[in-house]
Amino acid sequence: MNSPILEILNLSAGVGDKQILKGIDLTIRPGEVHAIMGPNGSGKSTLAAVLAGRDGYTVQGGQVRYLGRDLLEFAPEERAREGLFLAFQYPVEIPGVNSTYFLKAACNELRKHKGQPELDAMEFLELVKDKMKLLHLPEDLLKRPVNEGFSGGEKKRNEIFQMAVLEPRLAVLDETDSGLDIDALKVVANGVNKLKHAQNAQLVITHYQRLLNYIVPDFVHVLRDGRIVKSGGKELALELEEKGYDWITRPEPAAL
Amino acid sequence: MAAHPTPAVNEPGAYVEKFDRFQKSAHDPSWLHAARQAAMGRFAARGFPTLQDEDWRFTSLAPLAKLPFRPVLKANLGTLASDTLSTLPFAGLQGSCLVFVDGHFAPTLSTIAASGDAIRIGSLAQVLNTSPALLEPRLSPSAPDGETPFAALNAAFFQDGAFVHLPPQHVLPEPVHAVFISAAASAGSTAHPRNLILAEAGSRMTFVETHVSLAGAGHLTNAVTELAVGDGAQVEHVKFQDQGRQAFHLATLRSTLGRDSRLRVHSIATGARLSRNNIDTRLAGPGLECLLNGLYLTRGEQLADHHMTVDHAEPRGASHEYFNGILADRSKGVFHGRILVRPGAQQTDAKQTNKNLLLSDEATVNTKPQLEIYADDVRCTHGATVGQLNAESIFYCRARGIGLETARHMLIHAFAGEIIGRILHAGVREELDRLIWQRLEQHPLVGQPHAPHP
Ligand SMILES: Nc1ncnc2c1ncn2[C@@H]1O[C@H](COP(=O)(O)OP(=O)(O)OP(=O)(O)O)[C@@H](O)[C@H]1O
Ligand SMILES: [Mg+2]
Repeated sequence: MNSPILEILNLSAGVGDKQILKGIDLTIRPGEVHAIMGPNGSGKSTLAAVLAGRDGYTVQGGQVRYLGRDLLEFAPEERAREGLFLAFQYPVEIPGVNSTYFLKAACNELRKHKGQPELDAMEFLELVKDKMKLLHLPEDLLKRPVNEGFSGGEKKRNEIFQMAVLEPRLAVLDETDSGLDIDALKVVANGVNKLKHAQNAQLVITHYQRLLNYIVPDFVHVLRDGRIVKSGGKELALELEEKGYDWITRPEPAAL
Repeated sequence: MAAHPTPAVNEPGAYVEKFDRFQKSAHDPSWLHAARQAAMGRFAARGFPTLQDEDWRFTSLAPLAKLPFRPVLKANLGTLASDTLSTLPFAGLQGSCLVFVDGHFAPTLSTIAASGDAIRIGSLAQVLNTSPALLEPRLSPSAPDGETPFAALNAAFFQDGAFVHLPPQHVLPEPVHAVFISAAASAGSTAHPRNLILAEAGSRMTFVETHVSLAGAGHLTNAVTELAVGDGAQVEHVKFQDQGRQAFHLATLRSTLGRDSRLRVHSIATGARLSRNNIDTRLAGPGLECLLNGLYLTRGEQLADHHMTVDHAEPRGASHEYFNGILADRSKGVFHGRILVRPGAQQTDAKQTNKNLLLSDEATVNTKPQLEIYADDVRCTHGATVGQLNAESIFYCRARGIGLETARHMLIHAFAGEIIGRILHAGVREELDRLIWQRLEQHPLVGQPHAPHP
């Protein structure tokens, strides 16, 4: 029952010849919340991108197992249908594509994949109503094109709203806290916490300890220059907040 | 470039000869006789434009020049089954439907919805018979500004087209739909539809113009539509050019707008081997607003050319141009957007956007703004883009479980939808949305991945 949702084994990846991730190991089990912290450019978004299957990134070595299978074999949409969700650091605006239409299409793809009947417009609206409230999203947002003209905070809340509708097994939240004021941060964190249960897991990427006051991680990992240089419990985040990233020196390769 | 000897059929001489015969058989009032003569003179003097002609730099008429010129002087209406009509675009549209076969009115196929007696909807030829004096001021004037050689050719040869006259303050709630069917079988068959829409002060209407082909051989539709929008009138004009892949479609839409009027022009081009739309809009009164909105979908070897002239002649006019193109295979899009702001046309607000989506590496677009601004207090913006589907957007869809093919469909549909969404008349908009969707499904590359360009 407690077999891992995600297992990253010595993953190295990058763009073209450039290596960005230089040997990552990480195991996430059901019910766990992991946080990845690290300075700008350390490779956090790259890790998220590789997990989600973004074009342009090449895996140079190692493995990623998701629910016991080789994740890297799957197309991005297949990963999503299998319950992997990426909340984007920079959500994309899609002019001309209505938000409701978009999310309903996504939702029905996932349902089809699970062998469930597709939802019609009425059923779908019923489903999203409560989730909109959970994220304090104004209803008219759903009538607008995907993310178009949304404020920074609305975009981020919209990501978590989509997560609430799609109910992923593993959610990767890339800097969901950036650009949020303190009230919005609480709303988002509250949403994320409500979505947590014993069978799913969350990987929260953030710069700041602040978010982790509200989304309390079981594990904190520090990513630096493409490597996890330190792992610990939630207190590690506090320590980082206090001392910055510099006090963690990179472990000697020999120590690995 | 070496000068090619022009094929004999393409020399103005061949056209003049056909014209002389046509005029002998016609029973025109003398003013019209003279007007045709003058127009033919203008065409003969200019001949076919070549690529050296600045206004035709990207649109080669060489394949058209190879066709014989066969104006269809009398239509064969018997060949057309009435159930053909039910398969044509906008078949279910409420309102009047005027059917023209090779440029000639087909009364038995048409329905003219009851309207107040003051409103006239029907065939131009009939009006020419019954009340020519009404048309004289509209049809006899000398060459209008920016007349193409083909508009002159139309003025020489036209016989029929849609005629709508709305007296002041009259409102037509249902659209008038004019369908132009190219049916003649012989190569080079040419129709010269001439539409005249007179919307007087304070009136309102929607006019839909569709062009389709039943003919298989190369044929030409050479159309002119004149739109006179009176003071405070509101007119929406929707053109759907969906002709066969052997068709040549040359058209001029000439609009004159009065004070405080509102005009919305939508030009949707999906058909024809080569299409050229000259859209000349003259903002002849102060404080008016016009929307010029268009979409072209091309594939194979198709070429779609829009040549816009927006003439701001009076102060406080607003013109907004939005043209989107979706191009597959080796097809070609051409957009030329001329904006003229005359001295004294202060507080002009002119905006022009041309966006193109290339679905293949071999598709090409030539887009060119041409701004001539002779007033100082104006707001004039223009922008053009040519690109592939946004890779970020596709990834965003896929990361939500939407497959690559569906994602591409969604984005392409959205791109077309930006244009279709500006059509005010709901029935027309919904039908066009359906038609465009259908045409996009026929696009070979819509569903295929295209190398992402970073
Ligand atoms: N597509 C790319 N092409 C070239 N370099 C890239 C690409 N993506 C990431 N990089 C580089 O890889 C490094 C890691 O980038 P990444 O976005 O993963 O960092 P991050 O930890 O998420 O940073 P931040 O905290 O600023 O979001 C950076 O030096 C970045 O410039
Ligand atoms: Mg990042």
